[in-house]
Amino acid sequence: MSSGPRFDMDYFLELAIGGLTRGSIYALIALGYTMVYGIIELINFAHGEIYMIGAFTALIVASVLTMNGMTGVSVLILASVVAVLYAAAYGFTVEKIAYKPLRQAPRLSPLISAIGMSIFLQNYVLIAQTSDFLPFPNLLPVLPFMEPYSHIMGSTELIIVLTTALATAALTFFIKFTKLGKAMRATAQDRHMAMLVGVNVNRVISNTFIVGSALAAIGGVLIASHIGRINFSIGFITGIKAFTAAVLGGIGSIPGAVLGGLVLGWTESFATGYVSSDYEDVFAFCLLVLILIFRPAGILGRSSVQKV
Amino acid sequence: MDHHSRRTFLAFFCAAFLTALPFGPLFAADAIKLGVAGAHSGDLASYGLPTVKAAELVVKEINAKGGVLGRQVELLVEDDVCKPELATNTATKLVSQNVNAVIGHICSGATKAALGIYKDAKLVVISPSATNPDLTQSGQYPNFYRTIASDDAQARMEVEFAIGKLKVKKIAVLHDKGDYGKGLAEYAKKFIEESKKATVVLFEGITPGAVDYSAVVQKIKRADAEAVIYGGYHPEASSIVAQMRKKGMKIFFISDDGVKDDTFIKVAQKYAEGVYATGPRDTTKNPLAISAIEAHKKAYGADPGAFFLNGIAATQAILNAMQKAGSTDYAALGQALQTQFVETPLGKIKFDKRGDAIGVGFSVYQVRKGVYVEVK
Repeated sequence: MSSGPRFDMDYFLELAIGGLTRGSIYALIALGYTMVYGIIELINFAHGEIYMIGAFTALIVASVLTMNGMTGVSVLILASVVAVLYAAAYGFTVEKIAYKPLRQAPRLSPLISAIGMSIFLQNYVLIAQTSDFLPFPNLLPVLPFMEPYSHIMGSTELIIVLTTALATAALTFFIKFTKLGKAMRATAQDRHMAMLVGVNVNRVISNTFIVGSALAAIGGVLIASHIGRINFSIGFITGIKAFTAAVLGGIGSIPGAVLGGLVLGWTESFATGYVSSDYEDVFAFCLLVLILIFRPAGILGRSSVQKV
Repeated sequence: MDHHSRRTFLAFFCAAFLTALPFGPLFAADAIKLGVAGAHSGDLASYGLPTVKAAELVVKEINAKGGVLGRQVELLVEDDVCKPELATNTATKLVSQNVNAVIGHICSGATKAALGIYKDAKLVVISPSATNPDLTQSGQYPNFYRTIASDDAQARMEVEFAIGKLKVKKIAVLHDKGDYGKGLAEYAKKFIEESKKATVVLFEGITPGAVDYSAVVQKIKRADAEAVIYGGYHPEASSIVAQMRKKGMKIFFISDDGVKDDTFIKVAQKYAEGVYATGPRDTTKNPLAISAIEAHKKAYGADPGAFFLNGIAATQAILNAMQKAGSTDYAALGQALQTQFVETPLGKIKFDKRGDAIGVGFSVYQVRKGVYVEVK
């Protein structure tokens, strides 16, 4: 099968790049999990569904535009913008309906509410749209300069990786240097104290959901273009994997979510490449267990004293 | 019902019973008795009842033409609820009623349980629906025949097509870890290894629903496979094919009837082009199938259910064998089933030594210009 113990550099590179793409996808979704957790310590299980709704919106908009004769990058941009707005509206509404009334409730209540929201949204799309798989057009442009390297890394992969890098950088900038970002950090540190010094906590939380959902929608457009098909249940597995990535990197930490996504992507890719794809998930979750044994708060997570 | 009419009823009943007595056994001794056993009630009744109707239709037609060997054919219908423990009772009952042959059973498990009893009684059994490969391949049941392809027939077809027609030497076998896909893939692997004409260079399960299959696609490439045989359903197949094609891999992709679905073409679009998939042989153009379905609609006012055509074929095959053999003797029937072709809605069939129908089964289809076309 393989030609002896020789180390195949090309193969290694291909797997590394495949893992990078996959990891970037996880990271983009993981950012939403980690932001929400950082601020209200809620695992927003409906986040995967927001990603799915983003992809569906983009598909609908893109179909309508293409039918009206529009082509190229303008379709991508318009479809993405509408998907982002629509998903952000969903994120905002979900928070208002399912989480805000439970803000003072025990921590398990919003968690259950989140699971309920996830099930509701999946079934809503199932009934409103279809249970079938739908083809998703490749909206991403084909970059001519990448063509010679397409056997290693195609344009789609490159765009996914770049978008994730850009989104992470923008998010970091936003949180570090804007007023709203500062308010987010304050709310994350101590919600009551932030409220006392005049931060509109409810608005901060709403905004967190909006930003997280917008990122999920971008992820939805990219991933759907990459795999070329969507249905109502795509949010579930991707959501679980992204959640794993967020925990791996240290939930609540932005760089942690990205690092966690990449580590997970690489683990899966190399496990498939060098061992067997039968055990892809086994390796991913073994790694999670190992990291949590040695660093219970995740790779970059701060082990803070439990706020009581 | 008052006292008087009850007595009249009783008298009438006795009279009817007595008058029937002298003629009944006389008639029955002359008739050929065909047992029809399967799930006729319970959850899986919908799998068993169409075969009862199929047998009724065939027998009605043949009796109208004077029967088989000059004798009328009589059906003895027995329910096994698809349960092995009940199937043995069903079989014992049919044997004690001196049936000449049995159509059934429906479920593989129940069929297996009943077969031993029929074997001891030297009775031929033809199932329209039991697909478990062991039933024929174990060699334990020389009295068993079936008018449906066994579960491994698809895998065999895929392997024979890949090795025989496409002339590939290195095959990657993938599956989706599900019962159906993995089962097929394991058979494919076995057949490739047994053929000794090709090698399995990769055998792996992929994760359904994953966001990316590039690692496994790279692995196929590194294994230098000339063809991929995939066991599973169309969503993953479309992703894998698309990623292979995007990476410039033009090797053959062969899959099963989980992929021989128009949704696959719709989703994979241009990447679907050239993909091979096996699927049940097309019977929609067979005039016998068309007329059988028409007859069912006329008699029962509805479209036939599952395995109806297989049931027709099973009944026709056994009756034809009796006619050709000139008797209902066990050895003669077996000989006739294996040598005499019979025209059925499934096509012209006879049986091989193990009891599988020759001429029933799957065809290879290929996506050409956006539609599945049968590969001749």
